[in-house]
Amino acid sequence: MNLISLSSFDLAIAASLLVVLSFFSMLLSLGLEKKIILLSCRMTAQLLLIGLVLRYLFASGSLLLVLLMATVMLLAAGREVWARQRRKIAGISGYTLSIGAMFVSSFSVTVLALVVIIRVDPWYTPQYAIPLLGMLLGNTMTGISLAMDRMTDQLYTLRGVIEQRLLLGQTWQEASRDIRSDCMRTGMIPIINSMAAAGLVSLPGMMTGQILSGTPPVEAVKYQILIMFLIAAGTGFGVICAIWMSGLLLFDKRHRLRLEILKGSAK
Amino acid sequence: MGPFSFAVAEGECVGLTGRSGIGKSQLLRALTELIPFQGKLLLDGIPSSNFQAPEWRARVTMVPAESHWWYDTVGDHFAVVADTESMARDLAFLGLDPQVRGWEVSRLSTGEKQRLALLRALQNEPIVLLLDEPSSALDAHNTELLEEFVATYRERTGASVVWVSHDPEQLQRVSARVLRMEPDGLTEIFDSSAGR
Repeated sequence: MNLISLSSFDLAIAASLLVVLSFFSMLLSLGLEKKIILLSCRMTAQLLLIGLVLRYLFASGSLLLVLLMATVMLLAAGREVWARQRRKIAGISGYTLSIGAMFVSSFSVTVLALVVIIRVDPWYTPQYAIPLLGMLLGNTMTGISLAMDRMTDQLYTLRGVIEQRLLLGQTWQEASRDIRSDCMRTGMIPIINSMAAAGLVSLPGMMTGQILSGTPPVEAVKYQILIMFLIAAGTGFGVICAIWMSGLLLFDKRHRLRLEILKGSAK
Repeated sequence: MGPFSFAVAEGECVGLTGRSGIGKSQLLRALTELIPFQGKLLLDGIPSSNFQAPEWRARVTMVPAESHWWYDTVGDHFAVVADTESMARDLAFLGLDPQVRGWEVSRLSTGEKQRLALLRALQNEPIVLLLDEPSSALDAHNTELLEEFVATYRERTGASVVWVSHDPEQLQRVSARVLRMEPDGLTEIFDSSAGR
């Protein structure tokens, strides 16, 4: 089976669905019609642009360009994680923390997969490296930002408890143990649960894409299994890392809870 | 607030008073190193920086005005190895039910929580005890029991106590000296030569 190339006309038919949806939005006064049109145009432009970038990147195959692209993706993911926090650690350290966690969850896992598991030659072959990294960044982001958001929120809400435990002579690690493990669980549970649903409830996007482009289903499934493992492991390590680093930032050497480094408030 | 210094002798109880919001609780928080501060804290001449912070707080501890509980039952907040006999004695002393360790925290009254928080703070046998309005939720009878309990602890261990209260009569009862916190520092307002 060969891939059927989509024409602009084909895409226009799909887009017309959104036009109809906007019409309904107006009819039902949902007020979403502007957003639908605007954001679907934005998405089209972004994806077309990335298509061009990838075409160029794949053609050149240079390590420098791949690393540049990967860095941009990592910084964007770190920013997104940071932006999703309601109470965030202010300044450059909060941003660095988010990037650090995404680095652990995605960057390191991607390199490991390329070098040890897929053993593609050279290891930075953009056709493998970029989609793999993108998928890991996108899928580990939710867990990590959930965990970090909960961590700052819990420390803020339960600061009386933390300080009471510190007063009893506990170290910051002991005083925050329950909260930290609760946050780690919060971050990991969605991805662990999604493993149960994979294949039964949802046909994961990557596998679907590979099957559509002609890959035999069993091959596509094997790649999907690999990706699920990597996402789960990446999320887990990223969450552990994010929570541990948050603890190091939010408590100082004298085992004091320093909530003044947080900014913003939960509504 | 201007710079100031004060010392509490071994086995002494010092009262601390001053209008609400002047910073009494913040002072206690600084003494237990819960907040950063400028200045020096000495314990028997040894600066607090020589101690690990948790060690310092095991020696110099505070019972905050509002008590916090994080496990379901009262007993979980106490060390497993806590000597049950002396614990039972302390509970009786403070007028608490001997079975209270098995109770759910949600069942406790504010006054019960206040007294249990004091017992909890004494588990480490602190040598400096900072009490932030420790009897605010107690009736006259239980207040008396608590005052006596703290005095007994002080005599037994030689611990120093700082007692924050808005009740001048209570401070006269429990402490030999009373300090008033004012915007420009601490002033001594009462000195009973009889001492206690």
